[in-house]
Amino acid sequence: MNILNMTAASLAVAIKNKEVTVMDATKAVLEQIEKTESTYNCYVTVDKEGALKQAEEVQAKIDAGELTGPLAGVPVAIKDNMCTQGLLTTCSSKILGNFVPTYSSEAVLNLQKAGAVIIGKTNMDEFAMGSTTETSAFGETRNPWNPDHVPGGSSGGSAAAVAAQECFYALGSDTGGSIRQPASFCGVVGLKPTYGTVSRYGLIAYGSSLDQIGPLCKDVTDCATIMEVIASHDPKDSTSIKREDTDFTSALVDDVKGMKIGLPRDYFGEGLDPEVKDAVLKAAEVLKEKGAIVEEFDLSLVEYAIPTYYTIAAAEASSNLERFDGIKYGYRTEDYKGLHNMYKKSRSEGFGAEVKRRIMLGSFVLSSGYYDAYYLKALRVKALIKKAFDEAFKKYDVILGPVAPTTAPKLGESLSDPLKMYLGDIYTISANLAGLPGLSIPCGIDSAGLPIGLQLIGDCFKEKNLIRAAYAYEQARGAFERKGEK
Amino acid sequence: MGKQYETVIGLEVHVELATKTKIFCGCSTEFGGAPNTHTCPVCTGMPGSLPVLNKQVLAYAVAVGLATGCNITQYCKFDRKNYFYPDNPQNYQISQLYLPICRDGKVEIETEDGKKLIGIHEIHMEEDAGKLVHDEWTDCSLVDYNRSGVPLIEIVSEPDMRSAEEVIAYLEKLRMLVQYLGASDCKMQEGSMRADVNLSVREVGATEYGTRTEMKNLNSFSAITRAIAGERARQIDLIEAGEKVVQETRRWDDNVGKSYAMRSKEDAQDYRYFPDPDLVPIVVTDEFLADIKARQPEFREEKIARYKEEFDIPDYDIDIITGSKHMADIFEETVALGAQPKKVSNWLMVETLRLLKENNMDPEDIRFSPENLAKLIKLTDEKAINSTVAKEVFEEMFKNDIDPEKYVEDKGLKTVSDEGALRKTVEEVIANNPQSVEDYRNGKEKAIGFLVGQTMKAMKGKADPGMVNRLLKELL
Repeated sequence: MNILNMTAASLAVAIKNKEVTVMDATKAVLEQIEKTESTYNCYVTVDKEGALKQAEEVQAKIDAGELTGPLAGVPVAIKDNMCTQGLLTTCSSKILGNFVPTYSSEAVLNLQKAGAVIIGKTNMDEFAMGSTTETSAFGETRNPWNPDHVPGGSSGGSAAAVAAQECFYALGSDTGGSIRQPASFCGVVGLKPTYGTVSRYGLIAYGSSLDQIGPLCKDVTDCATIMEVIASHDPKDSTSIKREDTDFTSALVDDVKGMKIGLPRDYFGEGLDPEVKDAVLKAAEVLKEKGAIVEEFDLSLVEYAIPTYYTIAAAEASSNLERFDGIKYGYRTEDYKGLHNMYKKSRSEGFGAEVKRRIMLGSFVLSSGYYDAYYLKALRVKALIKKAFDEAFKKYDVILGPVAPTTAPKLGESLSDPLKMYLGDIYTISANLAGLPGLSIPCGIDSAGLPIGLQLIGDCFKEKNLIRAAYAYEQARGAFERKGEK
Repeated sequence: MGKQYETVIGLEVHVELATKTKIFCGCSTEFGGAPNTHTCPVCTGMPGSLPVLNKQVLAYAVAVGLATGCNITQYCKFDRKNYFYPDNPQNYQISQLYLPICRDGKVEIETEDGKKLIGIHEIHMEEDAGKLVHDEWTDCSLVDYNRSGVPLIEIVSEPDMRSAEEVIAYLEKLRMLVQYLGASDCKMQEGSMRADVNLSVREVGATEYGTRTEMKNLNSFSAITRAIAGERARQIDLIEAGEKVVQETRRWDDNVGKSYAMRSKEDAQDYRYFPDPDLVPIVVTDEFLADIKARQPEFREEKIARYKEEFDIPDYDIDIITGSKHMADIFEETVALGAQPKKVSNWLMVETLRLLKENNMDPEDIRFSPENLAKLIKLTDEKAINSTVAKEVFEEMFKNDIDPEKYVEDKGLKTVSDEGALRKTVEEVIANNPQSVEDYRNGKEKAIGFLVGQTMKAMKGKADPGMVNRLLKELL
C-alpha cells in the first residue's frame, strides 16, 4: 500500500481504521515534496514543523474520538490567497511577501475543525491574476505531466500539488476559471461552487463578486466530501448564503438515466483544439450511453463573456488592491520622499506587470466619464448572460463542454500575448459571471501526453447534478493516472 | 448705493450615530480608549476581511429620514469612494452615491419672517475614517483606527438658506430631531455633529446661482456664524474687484477669523465610485419601515402641545425643557414619580440651568436621575429640609447623582422641628445678644433678622425659619 496513491476520503478511512497514522500520511507528503518540489515549485511556503505538530494533535483527537469526520487527519494544501493565522500568506506577490495574518479564513477554519493537516501554501498567479501561475513573484509552477508546460492558473500550485501527490487535496479559488482550468491542465478534479456557498472571509479578494473557493482533488468522491466540509453559512460574509442542501456526497450515485445534458454549440466552434473537442464529445457519448439525454443547443452571448469579465474583475480588483499601500503591512519601498512618493514607489515595486495592467484597466473603466460606457454596461451584459443560462437550465440539468480551448501551453508562451491568454478563459468565465457551479474532470490525454478536461456547468445550487454526472462518468472512465503515482 | 447681495447656503451635515458597535464590524464605538484598541481586521483593512452592515445604522438612518420627511430608498446600495490616505485603511471609504437611503425631505425652521422649509437633498450612510497623529519630535505620523468604521450619516440640504440665522435654526432643528430619535448626541465640540458650509453670493434678484465654495473645520455654531460672514464678505470683495470666485474647498481658522483654500475643483480627485461588491443590496421591507414608523418618538412640537394641555407651567419653561430630549425625559419621569410639575420645572429652570452654565455643560450632560430629583422634592414638600439645605443637596446631586434621602440622613441635615431644642437655642441667642434684643424692644424691627440669622447659624441651618421667627417673637 502506497499512502500517496490514496484519495483523501480513502486515506481518512485508513486512518480511522488505524491502518495509517496521521503522521505517516504527513511524512509521506513531506517526503514527496522534498523529492519533487525543486522541479514543480507547487508551494510558496511548506510548513513542515507546523504540519508535524498538527499531525500529532489531530491524531490525538482522532484517538480520543473527538474527530470522526471523513477528512480527519488528511494533509491539505491551501492556495496562498487564503489567510492562515501565523503562516505567511503572500498571494504570490512581493507586496505581501512578509505578510503573516492574525486570523484564518473561514474555509481554512472549517477544514481545521474537520481535522485537516495544513502542509503549506500553494503558488499562484499574483493575486490570482493569470492563467498559468507564471505571474507569481516566487517563480512559476511547472506541470507535473511535463515540466516544460504550465500547470494552468491561477490555482496552478494547488492543481500541480494534487497531481504531483505533494498533498492529498487542495483548496483553490476561482474568479474566471482559476480552479477548473488548472484542474484540467493537471488532470485532477476541480469544482467552483455556486457563488456564496463557501465563505470568502479571509480570502484575499481579486474580483469580489466573482471569487469563490473550491476544492482541487483526486476524484469526484473527494470533491463531494471536501465540499461538505467547506460549505457553510458565514455571518462575517454578507454574500454567504444559507443552504440546506449541502449533503453533496448524497449525489455520488452512478446513475444519469434521464438526466438532460446540453452541449452549447458556441463552446465547440472555432478556436477549440480538435483533440480536446474529440475527448469532450466522447465523454458526452459515455453519459449518453449511460442513459442521459444529450443534445446540442445555442447558449448565445458567449463572445461577450471575456470583455464583460475583464471589465468587472479588473474594476473590482483596482479597488480591492488599494489597501496594499506599504503603510499597515506588506512591502514598503526603502527610499521615499513624502507620502505620495511612498505610495507610488511601494506599489510600483511591489506589484508585478499583470497586476498593474489590471489595476490600470480597472481604474480606467471606473473613472468619471467612462463608468457608464464600460462598467455599467458590463454589469448589464452580466445580467443578460445570467438570463441566457436561466433559459438553458429550463431545458437542461447540466451543460457540458470543454474547460479550455487547448491543453496546457508551454512555459513562456502565454505572457507575451496577454490577449490570447485572456481568450483561453472563454469557457470558464461565464459560470463566474452568472454565479453558477462548474466542475472540471479529466476526460483524456492528448497526443503530447497532456491531460484534457471536461467541464460540467449547473444551475445555481445544483452542484449535486454536476457531482452525479461526474461520478457516473468517472465510473465508466475508470482510474485516471496521477503523475506523482508510483 | 452699492449693489445688494444675497447669500445662498447649503449644508452637508455629518452625524455620528449612537450605535454601540461600528458600522461594518463588532468593534466598540466608544470615544477615547488607547490607540488601536477598538479595532479588528475589518476596520483596519486587513487583507481578506469583509464588511457586514450593522442593522442599527440602517434603523437610525431610516428614522432620521422619516423625521425629515424623506422618501426612503427601499432598494439601496453601498458604494466605494476610492482615494488614498493613511487614515482610510482600505484606501476606499464605504459610502453611498448612487442609491442613498433617504431622498427629497424637508424640515421647517422658524425665521424672523415666519416659518420656512429647508429642503433635504439626500441622507446617506457611511463609515468614518481613523485619526492621524503627527509626532513632531520624531517627525513621524501615526494612525489610530479606533474611529475607523464608526457609523455616520451625511445629511445634504438643498441650497435653501439665505443667512447665518437660518443656518443655525436649521442645524438646531436637525440636532433636535436626531437627539429626540436617540440617534446621536450631536455634540459639535466632540465632533459627533459636523457641518460643512456650501456658500455662494449673487445680486439680489438674480436667478442663477453664483460659484460656491465649501467651508470645512467648523466646530461650533458661533464658528459657523463667523465663517459665513467672512466668506460672504470675501466673495463680495472678489466680485466687486472684478475677480472670479473659484470653486474650491476652504478651511476656516476660527482663531484668525479667516479661511484658507485647501483644494480647487481642478485638482479634485476622481473617486471612481462603484457599488461595493462585498455588501449585498439593502432591501428595506415594508415591515421594517412600518416598525420604524411605529417606534418614532413624540417630537418637540407634539411634546410642547401636550405639555400645554397637561402641565400648569409657563410656556417659557416648556420651551426650555423640550429644547433637550434628555431634559424633557427627566421632567416627565420625575412628574410620573409623583412630583408636582411646577416644582420639577423650577428645579430644572433655575438650579439646573445655573449649574449647567457654570460648568459649561449641555442639557444632554445632566447626570442626576428622575428618582433622586423626585426624592429631593418630596423632602422639601414634607419640610424635612429647608430651601437652603435643598439647594446644597441638589448641587451634590447634580455633581454625583447622590440619593438625597440618604445624603440628608448621613449628613444630619434634617430640619429640627423639635420645639424644645429650638426654644433652648433661641433662649441662648437672646441671652448672648443683649444689644440686638434691646434694639428690637426699642422698636427696631430689623434687629430680629440678625437674631434669626444667629439662631440658624447655631442650628447649622437645619431649623425651619418660620418657627424660629415665631419663637423669637414669643420670647421677646
